[in-house]
Amino acid sequence: MLGKTAGGLFWMFRYLERSENIARLIEAGFRIALTRPGSEEWASVLRTAAAEELYVSQVGEIEQARVIDFLLRDPNNQSSVMSSFAQARQNARMVRTAITREVWEAVNDAYIALKATLARPVAERDLPDVLAQIRQHSALVRGALHGSMLRNDVFDFCRLGTFLERADNTARILDVKYYVLLPSVTQVGSSLDNVQWETILRSVSGVRAYSWLNPGKATPMGIADFLIFDPRMPRSLRYSVTKIRSNLDMLETDYGMRRPCHDTIARLDQCLTDGTIEAVFEEGLHEFLTDCLKETARLGTEIQTDFNFTD
Amino acid sequence: MSDETQFFDEMFGSGTDARAPYKRYSDWFSNEDPKGLMKEAKEAESFFRRTGITFNVYGQADAEERLIPFDIVPRIISGKEWARLAKGVEQRVRAINAFLHDIYHRQEILRAGRVPKELIARNEAFLPLMMGVEPPGGIYTHIVGVDLVRTSENEFFVLEDNARTPSGVSYMLENREMMLQMFPELFGKMKVQPVSGYPTALRSSLAATMPPDPSPDQTVAILTPGIHNSAYFEHAFLADHMGVELVEGSDLRVVDGRIAMRTTKGYKPIDVIYRRVDDEYLDPLNFNPDSLLGVPGIFDVYRAGRITIANAPGTGIADDKAIYSYMPDIVEFYTGEKAILQNVPTWRCSDPEALAYVLDHLDELVVKEVHGSGGYGMLVGPAASKRELAQFRAKLEAKPEGYIAQPTLALSTVPILTKAGLAPRHVDLRPFALFSPEGVTLTPGGLTRVALKAGSLVVNSSQGGGTKDTWVLEDD
Repeated sequence: MLGKTAGGLFWMFRYLERSENIARLIEAGFRIALTRPGSEEWASVLRTAAAEELYVSQVGEIEQARVIDFLLRDPNNQSSVMSSFAQARQNARMVRTAITREVWEAVNDAYIALKATLARPVAERDLPDVLAQIRQHSALVRGALHGSMLRNDVFDFCRLGTFLERADNTARILDVKYYVLLPSVTQVGSSLDNVQWETILRSVSGVRAYSWLNPGKATPMGIADFLIFDPRMPRSLRYSVTKIRSNLDMLETDYGMRRPCHDTIARLDQCLTDGTIEAVFEEGLHEFLTDCLKETARLGTEIQTDFNFTD
Repeated sequence: MSDETQFFDEMFGSGTDARAPYKRYSDWFSNEDPKGLMKEAKEAESFFRRTGITFNVYGQADAEERLIPFDIVPRIISGKEWARLAKGVEQRVRAINAFLHDIYHRQEILRAGRVPKELIARNEAFLPLMMGVEPPGGIYTHIVGVDLVRTSENEFFVLEDNARTPSGVSYMLENREMMLQMFPELFGKMKVQPVSGYPTALRSSLAATMPPDPSPDQTVAILTPGIHNSAYFEHAFLADHMGVELVEGSDLRVVDGRIAMRTTKGYKPIDVIYRRVDDEYLDPLNFNPDSLLGVPGIFDVYRAGRITIANAPGTGIADDKAIYSYMPDIVEFYTGEKAILQNVPTWRCSDPEALAYVLDHLDELVVKEVHGSGGYGMLVGPAASKRELAQFRAKLEAKPEGYIAQPTLALSTVPILTKAGLAPRHVDLRPFALFSPEGVTLTPGGLTRVALKAGSLVVNSSQGGGTKDTWVLEDD
């Protein structure tokens, strides 16, 4: 496969994951704003989306309708839902020969539909429908990928993009909120303020899953454990890293070549397999997450170099 | 222009009864509900948009992809009509190839005085670097798209020979797929020759011109300028259907004297490159130094005989509009036969007498840029405004050698489906011929372009033209 194609697949799925994550952040922010007026949730949403600075310089004061518009459709915001989707589709066009017609059509359909939906600002009343539409389209692309693609290196690069973006996103959500989780850490087992844990879990669509696994125990440590170490949670760091490892392992077998990224992922995987939430809290959640973010960034760079994405 | 009856209609001739090739179609059509057909036509459009069969238009602010409108009434050609066209196209392709070999070697045709020397030497499309270069298999034009127009029951003219990088073949294939989906019953009633073998034929044809001593995998690749190119969809489509890699200049470099592509496992040699990049941009070291689309040094590798470039560099000299007028001589010179397909009479404006005639009859003629393509920079005299005529007059006087003029041909019409029912519109035809040491392969069909505006003679997609599926029948 061409290095450029591998890169195109990787980025196509990173951008798809990103647009879905941003939509989820908007959903969480909107929900909190509805149920807890006056909270400063939008600032933290912008921070999680790594777009706070840009927003302040481009738009100015934080105001719900404008934040939503900025995150959903602003062409100046590289990671708005629409920008991300457009970039995903651009990459899909570039790798058109590597993906099936089903996957291409799912991406292209989504792009056409979103472009129409997001042609003008979305009224608050319509926001839930629009977000649902985004979620549905993402699911269709994922379904097409799973249902129609060969399990070869093409598939591996798609999955690497998805899970690298996801690991990064989950780590960032936790890192922005770590101060929420930390102060009460001394009282292990105490209940967090409802709104705080709810935001975190909503940002990863994990409210139901968490309470199903931990009925009646919304503790900071429990939530952090769920998002970092739970191998059953499809957006946890551990789950994402396991997936990245398995795809990189398959590439190693397939190509018969071991590269620097293989060592990095082995290390990261080990750390998440062996680690415990108690140890993390003891050594500092923020430090742990900062390390994780550094490692995933490094992994991203290594993958690009190791597989010749660019010259 | 306003009187449409002066044109030959391929469905109805000059009467009201369908001509023989259209008989069965016409019977079927008369039992269909036109409203239902219109609805299906709309669905076809959304299908094309979904599958991404679009093209980019240059010079539009919102540089988004556009659809080429598709008309659901097929253009039908009988087996017998086709057989004659096919012979003519094959003759032309062989002559063009022989001409190119001659021009880049001994130049016998110039010595014989059949084509003026200065027409070659001073021509921008002539590539001196190709002098003495032996292309693998002796093939210059692997793919040729000959633009044909029809003016009556028995008269076909060649409008243009596209010997560089003719495009549009993906529409030939996708339009057929669309028709098969929409009207399967029609294909049961009529014996339409298939076109679906084209990608396989293209691949075998390219593989038949491997350079001597190719790499073990004998790799074929398509070189595209990238996703912003107007024909990117077609490049991707062909790569997909041929099962070959789609590469850009940035994927390639010279490794150990070969052209190699950067893969996830390192550099891998390529043996045949079907390039959809113009000569000028092919190699920044040898041609336009600013080009980012090509591969530095590819021309040196080509000259060393270690890669096949399809079509060969420098083929533009054969489809140049100034050369065009010599095609009957060229065909005769190399094949010893009269040209089967007629040329349109052409005034070369570089000739002062011709220029005077052209300026006197500007409102009757079609004037084209010698190096233009895609219907840009073209004047259709009878349809032009006074202002346009004046502007063109100035251009002609300033640079006469840059233009040729032809009579406005009475292009045939084929009906399209409109809200008011069937309505005649002008069409042309571009069949695609493949050439290799194994011979000429002509897919029975081609790209029929249709001017959607009533009375318009400009069929180019960039100027609002559409396409039709082209059916070549197996005669009973």
